[in-house]
Amino acid sequence: MTEANALTIAAARDALRKGELSAVDLTMACLTAMDAGDGLNAFVHKTPEIALDQARAADARRGADAPDLNGIPLGIKDLFCTKGVPSQAASNILRGFRPEYESTVTAKLFDAGAVMLGKLNMDEFAMGSSNESSCYGPAVNPWKSDDRELTPGGSSGGSAAAVAADLCLAATGTDTGGSIRQPAAFTGIVGIKPTYGRVSRWGIVAFASSLDQAGPMTKTVRDAAIMLGAMAGHDAKDSTSADLAVPDFEAALTGDIRGKKIGIPREYRMDGMPAAIDKLWADGCAMLKDAGAEIVDISLPHTKYALPTYYVIAPAEASSNLARYDGVRYGHRAKLAQGDGITEMYEKTRAEGFGAEVQRRVMIGTYVLSAGFYDAYYNRARKVRALIKRDFEQAFAAGVDAILTPATPSAAFGLGEMANASPVEMYLNDVFTVTVNLAGLPGIAVPVGLDADGLPLGLQLIGRPWDEAGLLNHAYVLERAAGFVSKPAKWW
Amino acid sequence: MPIDTDTARKVAKLARIRVEETDLAALAQDLSGIIGFMEQLNEVDVTGVEPMTSVTPMRLARRNDVVTDGNIQAAVLANAPDAREGFFAVPKVVE
Amino acid sequence: MLDVTYSPPKPKVIAGARQDWELVIGMEIHAQVASNAKLFSGASTQFGAEPNSNVAFVDAAMPGMLPVINEFCVELAVRTGLGLKAAINLRSAFDRKNYFYPDLPQGYQISQLYHPIVGEGEVLVELAPGVARLVRIERIHLEQDAGKSIHDMDPTQSFVDFNRTGVALMEIVSRPDIRSAEEATAYVTKLRQILRYLGTCDGNMQNGNLRADVNVSVCPPGQYEKFQATQDFSHLGTRCEIKNMNSMRFMTQAIDYEARRQIAILEDGGTITQETRLYDPDKGETRSMRSKEEAHDYRYFPDPDLLPLEIEQAWVDDIRASMPELPDAKKARFMSGFGLTDYDANVLTADLESAGFFEAVAQGRDGKQAANWVINELFGRLNKEGLTIADTPLSAAQLGGVLDLIAAGTISGKMAKDLFDILWTEGGDPAEVAAARGMQQVTDTGAIEAALDALIAANPDQVAKAQQNAKLAGWFTGQVLKATGGKANPAVVNAMVAAKLGL
Repeated sequence: MTEANALTIAAARDALRKGELSAVDLTMACLTAMDAGDGLNAFVHKTPEIALDQARAADARRGADAPDLNGIPLGIKDLFCTKGVPSQAASNILRGFRPEYESTVTAKLFDAGAVMLGKLNMDEFAMGSSNESSCYGPAVNPWKSDDRELTPGGSSGGSAAAVAADLCLAATGTDTGGSIRQPAAFTGIVGIKPTYGRVSRWGIVAFASSLDQAGPMTKTVRDAAIMLGAMAGHDAKDSTSADLAVPDFEAALTGDIRGKKIGIPREYRMDGMPAAIDKLWADGCAMLKDAGAEIVDISLPHTKYALPTYYVIAPAEASSNLARYDGVRYGHRAKLAQGDGITEMYEKTRAEGFGAEVQRRVMIGTYVLSAGFYDAYYNRARKVRALIKRDFEQAFAAGVDAILTPATPSAAFGLGEMANASPVEMYLNDVFTVTVNLAGLPGIAVPVGLDADGLPLGLQLIGRPWDEAGLLNHAYVLERAAGFVSKPAKWW
Repeated sequence: MPIDTDTARKVAKLARIRVEETDLAALAQDLSGIIGFMEQLNEVDVTGVEPMTSVTPMRLARRNDVVTDGNIQAAVLANAPDAREGFFAVPKVVE
Repeated sequence: MLDVTYSPPKPKVIAGARQDWELVIGMEIHAQVASNAKLFSGASTQFGAEPNSNVAFVDAAMPGMLPVINEFCVELAVRTGLGLKAAINLRSAFDRKNYFYPDLPQGYQISQLYHPIVGEGEVLVELAPGVARLVRIERIHLEQDAGKSIHDMDPTQSFVDFNRTGVALMEIVSRPDIRSAEEATAYVTKLRQILRYLGTCDGNMQNGNLRADVNVSVCPPGQYEKFQATQDFSHLGTRCEIKNMNSMRFMTQAIDYEARRQIAILEDGGTITQETRLYDPDKGETRSMRSKEEAHDYRYFPDPDLLPLEIEQAWVDDIRASMPELPDAKKARFMSGFGLTDYDANVLTADLESAGFFEAVAQGRDGKQAANWVINELFGRLNKEGLTIADTPLSAAQLGGVLDLIAAGTISGKMAKDLFDILWTEGGDPAEVAAARGMQQVTDTGAIEAALDALIAANPDQVAKAQQNAKLAGWFTGQVLKATGGKANPAVVNAMVAAKLGL
């Protein structure tokens, strides 16, 4: 029999309901796996006492009426504020910060009976695509093709590694430019970024407010549907949260996409794209076509400008969002020299507390908003963003139901391999994912195959605004057709 | 437009991040590379395009004028590096 | 309504050592919105609480906290706009103004730079009967107040309190239409009066609920007219901004000092540096603010945590329909309806409580007489005792009752003042108190005649004098009043004296 920690949410839910498994036993299995998985550096703050308390409560609540997530052990990205538990966005500037409040998403998950095993590694302030900007050091991909340790992707690298290595049943992630979908693809799991406004941002450390969305990272599409249902919903505390009913996403998984129109955007066929990615994409098309969908070529003409647009808007917002980390009210404060005043306190605190990538992005954001450059960069980027969104609107208006693209331009790369790359080369990791954030659309990464080295590769499906249900159903069809069942060999 | 060391110094100052004088040249180069990448946006014809204000248009939510929060002084101060007598303490500020 | 036309005042001319100068002043008034909760959080706005107790996690800018706007603050901003005859923008938006300061926890202030909620309006500032300055309002926007830094509790530390952080402010920006310190204080007084009428700001300057940033520049005579014709600021001098004035007296001093300072520099051949200054009331000087010395670059951009604020015309119309009568209209009505002088109407409309009190007294009575009693007796007494109209022990109904007794001839003016005193200290119904105390004029001509006859018989010299000079007949009236203990009706006595002496 499969170890309990390797179960999907759906399988564990059914076993818990039938009484074949207790939440405490399931949680114990995960805690054991979590401790054994230290080599992955996925969990950065472990909360076994909280987990067992929650598991016992879940067992007391167990029954046919218990919510889907009752007793399901999850990992929580360090970006989520969890009451009384260190929440530091993988940054030294929030060292020791224990929020006095619970994020809306984690509160909803806990209300639904979920169990928190601990906090998960990530890129500092969610800025990165390899988890290497974390103050805890990088999380490690459980997948290997040789002796090298590979990145699990980022920023939700700890979440991806933990789920792929069965340290937990599922995890929360956040996605500003691909931070759920890229690590999901790098680790052979499912990750969905919902429509902007579907999930509350309250209590999640902000990176770029107009782009950030939280979502589930799970072993299957069904699990993603179950977990998204618990995370989503209107929140009066978030002015950008949509006051819309949350559909039953799991019920939408009919497996029937006959007659649906799948768009293949020609601009996503990049020069120099690895043959394996090209083939994977073609395979994905064929799978959906076999399931009765119609494949159509579409054009999203402003795709090429998505990355530069993103790298103006996200740092601009971040430069302002991160101004609050000043050493006054929480987190790190630099030791001051004789005669240092408030300005020195700010400058030293922020130089010590922020890592190199965060500093870089804060300064870029500061620059593009500064007097004389605002119109040239920030306002222009907002206009191009409107055009990128319009591209998608036109495609959907022409009858396209979902769009299929690669999730990443490559499989997972080695930790440290990009150390000498320019920041811009690193940003290219997000090339297929940022458009979705800029347009506020739902996007999902689904594992579809392995490359020649045996590393997982994923495809991305992009849906209409608020149509996560339809998107998940397309993903479900793709998942079943791909039959991706590979697991990384345990080496840790 | 490439960023020179003076601009890099000014940006670091505005962002309140201490950068050693010897590191400014490297920072300027880094920032120039990224800004150069953004210059692609100049190719786009944005005539008549309204800048995006909200990615998912909706009515701004409002709250009622009711006191529902506050009176949590201890929680507000709980994480402070230096709290005294109910205040946050910082190095003296000269107005 | 009285159609009053005003002429603008002459600008104040300041004689320098070399030439004459004129002042040009524009103001930014920060008025605290009279709401219970803050602009973007549910924490209280109450003044004087324990430090950091009226603070929500949003106000302390804890990680992941988000703003949600208080709709009542929006309503009061709209109401204020309507009160200043301003355009209401159905679509406005919030921007972040980024700068670092310990009392600004977010590292930015949420404000409205690009799209304020209220556009152009005006305030009529009366300076003397028939003389008024029309000050144009450029805009009103909503924004967050900052916290408070206390610098004198510790030798090396500043202490920060966020109770005020996030309280809603209306920033009311005027055009540079103000031409003297007197006009400046009159403008603030008038604005404060309107805000208090509207109920949108309590105007308490001591608590900092109304503060002014004053932009002062000087220019040679004639330049301002060129500016007005073109709206081209290059015709004016370089301005300095005096921050955070919360006293009319200091504002006057600061403006006069700043004008003299600038003139001295210019006449010395120097130039004015545009800067932010603070007024030091102890030294009577303005000085450059150190914290504002470095060049500012606020990096304004639309707040991505908030959507544009869209309001409906129907809602604005509802607010307009519930607007109270404003000071100018009330004054005009008091003048035309009650026959008040310009001065009395000004005094009685200075605040709503006074106006309401007066109207209750004047209703159905002699308006002028009511105004005299309210201004001279009531306000005089309140003033003497250090009370405000809200604390008056004498109600409008009581004062009205006193006036009714005068009108009916029951009591004399002298008696009325005594009755006023008794009611003030002891209370009671005016008619009952007057009756109980025997306060009643003698109109019984028999008693008066007997007293007068006795006087005439006893004082033949006085009779002769009065018959030669009618003005001296008053002696008899006075003696009769004295003899009757002040209760005789003077009008009746006068008539009888005249008749008896054959005057």
